[in-house]
Amino acid sequence: MKHLLNTADLSLDEAILLLDTTAQMAATQSREIKKLPTLRGRTVVNLFFEDSTRTRISFETAAKRLSADVINFSAKGSSVSKGESLKDTALTLDAMGADAVIIRHQASGAPHILAHSGWLDVPVINAGDGTHQHPTQALLDAFTLRRHLGGELVSAGELPSLNNGLGGDLRGRKVAIVGDVLHSRVARSNVYLLHTLGAVVTLVAPPTLVPVGAETWPCEISYNLDEVLRDWQPDAVMMLRIQRERMGSAGGGFFPSPLEYTRKYGLDEKRLGLLQDHAIVLHPGPMNRGLEISARAADSHRSVIVEQVSNGVAVRMAALYLLLAGETHSNDTPAKAGF
Amino acid sequence: MTTTYFISNVAPYGNERVDMTLSGGKIAQIVPAGTGTAPEGATTIDASDLIALPGLVDLHTHLREPGREDAETVLTGTRAAAMGGFTAVHAMANTSPVQDTAGVVEQVWRLGKEAGWVDVHPVGAVSVGLAGKQLAELGAMADSRAQVRVFSDDGKCVDDPVLMRRALEYVKAFDGVVSQHAQEPRLTENAQMNEGVVSAEIGLTGWPAVAEESIIARDVLLAEHVGSRVHICHLSTAGSVEIVRWAKQRGINVTAEATPHHLILTDELARGYNPVFKVNPPLRTQNDVDAVRAGLEDGTIDIVATDHAPHTVEDKDCEWNAAAFGMTGLETALPVVHKTMVETGKLSWERVAEVLSTNPARIGRIDTGEFAQGRPLEVGEPANVVLYNPNSPVVVDPRSQLTMSDNTPFAGMELPGRVVATFLRGRATVLGTVPQDGEEGKAAGSELPA
Repeated sequence: MKHLLNTADLSLDEAILLLDTTAQMAATQSREIKKLPTLRGRTVVNLFFEDSTRTRISFETAAKRLSADVINFSAKGSSVSKGESLKDTALTLDAMGADAVIIRHQASGAPHILAHSGWLDVPVINAGDGTHQHPTQALLDAFTLRRHLGGELVSAGELPSLNNGLGGDLRGRKVAIVGDVLHSRVARSNVYLLHTLGAVVTLVAPPTLVPVGAETWPCEISYNLDEVLRDWQPDAVMMLRIQRERMGSAGGGFFPSPLEYTRKYGLDEKRLGLLQDHAIVLHPGPMNRGLEISARAADSHRSVIVEQVSNGVAVRMAALYLLLAGETHSNDTPAKAGF
Repeated sequence: MTTTYFISNVAPYGNERVDMTLSGGKIAQIVPAGTGTAPEGATTIDASDLIALPGLVDLHTHLREPGREDAETVLTGTRAAAMGGFTAVHAMANTSPVQDTAGVVEQVWRLGKEAGWVDVHPVGAVSVGLAGKQLAELGAMADSRAQVRVFSDDGKCVDDPVLMRRALEYVKAFDGVVSQHAQEPRLTENAQMNEGVVSAEIGLTGWPAVAEESIIARDVLLAEHVGSRVHICHLSTAGSVEIVRWAKQRGINVTAEATPHHLILTDELARGYNPVFKVNPPLRTQNDVDAVRAGLEDGTIDIVATDHAPHTVEDKDCEWNAAAFGMTGLETALPVVHKTMVETGKLSWERVAEVLSTNPARIGRIDTGEFAQGRPLEVGEPANVVLYNPNSPVVVDPRSQLTMSDNTPFAGMELPGRVVATFLRGRATVLGTVPQDGEEGKAAGSELPA
């Protein structure tokens, strides 16, 4: 694994290695001293062409916990505006001696171009590109799912050990992903990763928010949330963020009104009540409370939304570790490396 | 300055070999191979490996001048055209300023004359500034020295049905044709590539086939209603082929073109996010490619036109969304048609001559008169001839092409043949695969501007 660009590229072994490494990283984060010496002297660049304070801070925290030096490079605006082109930015970072680049970009494929153009020769991590992929989000979701659903099923609200499901996959677990699939890189990343891990995925959305062509994805598609919750009984429900500004876009919006969306696709207490005892609720954040998820659902005992955030740091530590430390000490496991 | 050329043992349209003499700007003699003798002072060309076709005519070229001389000029673009075997090109109207007045089309026409590589026929804009609001001065452009007969807002669709109707009606007065870039704008806002399996997976905004097909359906019905002829630019989908086939069966006066790239490339190429494959209309699926080939084979599609669209490196060396739409094509058109249509047995070389020369010349109304193009290879016809070696594979190298821009989608691809010589009214513009340069990059021996 040279780069982390796309969950569709990950093999089952690579995915499990990433999740297992995440578990080891997460374990170090409950210690009093959270910082590890692993990437001392290495420079990691956060190259963000699109605002995302949460994701940037998560990567920054992960890199710093591994003792890497972090440079935050905020380059808003694409190459067609007055700003520097992606190419010149890449050449600059290369000249400055960056050891890894984490890139967030509004254009789908920008991380792919950065990794394969020859402009610079360091590992590239995709921190979200357009409506394409957001692999570390999918990995943190998968880690969260495996922790809760990877072994014996326990009642939602109990917190299994970080090592729950270690070495294993998500075979046979059922995950409903609900909301704006059309514009969601989180949905795309999760569909492929969860499929690789053996889980069964159903996408639930109004037909206007399902892309033409999605019928070939390795998942089911439904337009009816109640039916999916009641009849299919998913083990987890992942709610996607609805952007309010989508409402006024081409063709009079993708759905008639927020109220109608909430009525048909919002997750509230009543719908939570349809679920089995062990089922959990995820959301990549930031949430629109009252639109795609009610406050009570977001704060219920089934919600693992806050846990997702802390798992995000561990997953990004694992990715940085495997891409950077793995380069020179390919036989080292995190344990051997002294954590 | 025209020389006399004695082309020995050449196969016109790939048929029986002949000796062909070009003299005084005309095809002077055609006799069975081995029976001719070179006239005194003639340059002899041994064409034993070559076939002859009428000089190619492109109905859809972007020469970029005036306005984007950093990507291409009339001079460089027409030099590339000659290298591709063309003797005439239609220069699209989306220049800056737009070719929407007699003044601008005459400027482009004059630059073409001065360059001397091919006949340049400017296309006039349908609407002022390509804005789709108000008819441009179509009559003035038709009456100008450029004698414009083809009108197009190419790059943009004439989407207002009333404006389209008026344009179709108005050009009847001078036997013009409206060449429609069929793209429903609301269905293609921010569109980046063909909408389908690949766009869904790689997260680029889709350009649905229906956005092309709905406009074509509307326009053939409009053409029928007002009794005009309409030409469809760069048709790219299986559904579009079906609609044009239906319209022709119904007797509607519609002609259609396909580009070389839509005959061979598919949207799978977008997976690497290399903007060299970003084009409008987008590369479609294999099913569409097959349908476009079938449409060209059965005559539903009348012509192949390049949509040669040069762009600077900086407009392509970037993220997909930020990149410009378009690919170059003048220097690869004939070999791509050879590979996709002749090698597959779908077209004979006679039919290649029809789709790349006779038919586009007829649609553009440049097939008669002193400067007639698209004429058959017969004695007494203007000596517009291309000699092609169908057994000389070439790997496409962007940097060795004559166009100023490097955005060919065929880089690294092996194509089966190459143009060896091109004659414009008896004057060699390309000889021995080498462009015949005169002063300042103009064609050697070219006529002075009239």
